[in-house]
Amino acid sequence: MAYFRSHVLVSVDPVCVEKGAYQLFDALQDEIVRQGLVDEVQVLETSRIGDPEAEGPDLMVYPEAVHYANLSVDDVPFLVEEHFLKGRVAEKYAREIAVSTDEELSAPQAKEVRIVLKNIGEIDPLNIEEYIARDGYLALGKVLTEMSPEETIQVVLDSGLRGRGGAGFPTGLKWRFIRNAEGNHKYMICNADEGDPGAFANRRVLEGDPHSVIEGMIIGAYAAGSHQGYIYCRAEYPIAVKTMKTAIEQARNLGLLGDDILGSGFSFDLEVRMGAGAFVCGEETALMASIEGKRGEPKPRPPFPAQKGLWGEPSNINNVETYSNVPQIILNGPEWFASLGYEKSKGTKTFSMAGDVKNTGLIEVPFGITLQEIIYDVGGGIKEDKHFKAVQTGGPMGGCLPEAFLDLPMDYEALAEAGSILGSGGLVIMDEDTCMVDIARFFMEFTQDESCGKCTPCRVGTRRILEILTRICEGKGKPDDINTLRYLCDQINENSLCGLGKGAPNPVKSTLEHFLDEYEAHIFEKRCPAKVCKALIRFEIQEDLCTGCTLCARNCPVDAITGERRQPHVIDPDICIKCGICEQLCPYDAIEIN
Amino acid sequence: MAVRVKEGQDVRKIVRTLVEQHGSEKAELIPILHEINGQFGYISDEAIKELSEQMTLPTSHIYSVATFYRMLSTEPRGRHVIQFCESAPCHVAGGRLVWEKLQSELNLSKGETSEDDKWTLLTTSCLGVCGVGPVMIIDNDIYGNVAPEQVPDILGNYE
Repeated sequence: MAYFRSHVLVSVDPVCVEKGAYQLFDALQDEIVRQGLVDEVQVLETSRIGDPEAEGPDLMVYPEAVHYANLSVDDVPFLVEEHFLKGRVAEKYAREIAVSTDEELSAPQAKEVRIVLKNIGEIDPLNIEEYIARDGYLALGKVLTEMSPEETIQVVLDSGLRGRGGAGFPTGLKWRFIRNAEGNHKYMICNADEGDPGAFANRRVLEGDPHSVIEGMIIGAYAAGSHQGYIYCRAEYPIAVKTMKTAIEQARNLGLLGDDILGSGFSFDLEVRMGAGAFVCGEETALMASIEGKRGEPKPRPPFPAQKGLWGEPSNINNVETYSNVPQIILNGPEWFASLGYEKSKGTKTFSMAGDVKNTGLIEVPFGITLQEIIYDVGGGIKEDKHFKAVQTGGPMGGCLPEAFLDLPMDYEALAEAGSILGSGGLVIMDEDTCMVDIARFFMEFTQDESCGKCTPCRVGTRRILEILTRICEGKGKPDDINTLRYLCDQINENSLCGLGKGAPNPVKSTLEHFLDEYEAHIFEKRCPAKVCKALIRFEIQEDLCTGCTLCARNCPVDAITGERRQPHVIDPDICIKCGICEQLCPYDAIEIN
Repeated sequence: MAVRVKEGQDVRKIVRTLVEQHGSEKAELIPILHEINGQFGYISDEAIKELSEQMTLPTSHIYSVATFYRMLSTEPRGRHVIQFCESAPCHVAGGRLVWEKLQSELNLSKGETSEDDKWTLLTTSCLGVCGVGPVMIIDNDIYGNVAPEQVPDILGNYE
């Protein structure tokens, strides 16, 4: 084997190719031959290096790790002479690599453990070989050649893996139900309809590590005895849809999908199906109706999808993150997976942090970690060092938990007991300036809007709740409203058809329980303690602080502010629309909200 | 979302081509409706009638599906469609002020189309880019970390 003193890696990213990367590659080869360096310098292709739009075509020289950018064929003789003959960096073309910062996913923090997110940002998702180079499809090979379907199910059961969509049903058990169910066909479905506002973990997995999902699905299909699968992805994620389609195509070309996978005799194929903007389609029966080309309305269960699912056949539905865990469990063993986590919740969970926390974005932590650790150690605490007020876990149907719950371990059971849910792993963190009645109203607006309308408790009940909350925020709350809200919450929770309706009252119920004083202040004192509800606040200028700089008056959209230059100004409350612009702009903090 | 097909093009012919490409199984209905919506900006009665014939599905079924999903429209939309994310993370990050600015700047409320057919103002469910909220999409362009004072400039980018 030849040893080279230098390796030149030319980026053949599609954008670089368009800008002449291959011509550059050929010119380099020729020049290296011409200079007699062919035994010393090797030219290779690589994927993206820097920003291809700004820096392409570009290349890296190793072992020095010098990045040369914006190269053309004409630059090659000079570059080769300088760098490889004279042995000095051709400064003219050398560029620092423009590191693009990932606002959603930073380097792992101290308390993180990455299983599902381990490949994201590390591999080129559009190149199956990069996944394979990181042990991709090794688990599939092991399962197909060394394990029976029943053994596969047992490993997944032993690992303690539970549904990451939020329900927490043991995955192995689900697969066993399908295996034992009677039917002409059995379907494997991936729920990639990540609709919860604030949750984007699944999108990052689909876009960044699509093959981990595909591999997990094939393993599941082998265990459950299915030969056809569907990935139902929401249409709001166009890049995820495109990436999955490319990944499926690449897997098919390598014989990892289709007939007789890896010569094992087992056949399975996959298709991507797109939603069209309906939150309720994340509910499994609604999702299947949507794949069939119908309105995405839920059906009563039983029959469960494992008995009668897609087109009336036994169907298995797992979430993106659930499937993505499977190859790692097969490779590292169930004991490894079960050693991570807490009580009945094993492994890790991704959380999407949003709201008033310093480090927003995606994290992956072992179950059992406390909210305190997530928000302060991983999340860096509250923005502007304000005071923590509440966190809503699990998306729009989750409860809002106050400070007293900060030491709650993240775990399916513990969260349920606290009146919230794990859900899809969304965490909306709220600081002291948040009005909890307004937040409850806001979430109810969402569920009301997304209610499919099929069952009365959800369709009518959520509207009644929304009306009452709106009235409270407008300062028109009635003394009996709190009791009515509690009654409605219980009725909707007990009598709705699907999880959307059953979960819809959670934000109201939890805020009533933990922040009752705020409801009472709105209703009885006509006061919004967080100074958010417009009908209950008034903007005033403090005379002693106002310098008469006129900044507020010039920017007021309705000309409600008047006053002489260098004299304290006044806001006319009858004209003021309470937009808050003056308060944001005032350099002297002279605007007070009362 | 910007309309790609001009008035007067043969709706029925395009629908027939789409059914040929996708096949006429019921499961293809939503993908086909997506395409029609993308090409015409909305799903017209004529398109529904033609689809009904080609796919042997009742018009009532097609209409019920077309009206169920938020991304499909049975009403004509403006040349540019603004979708503002109304989800909690964007709301908490100051989305309300941006939403108010959009409404006042365009003089439109949620779901309305301007008289000159230039703008349609909609809200959307979470786009999953919550790290950069408030977020909005105009046609296919996505804008993150939007502040109210940027709204006029952003709108000015569109003819």
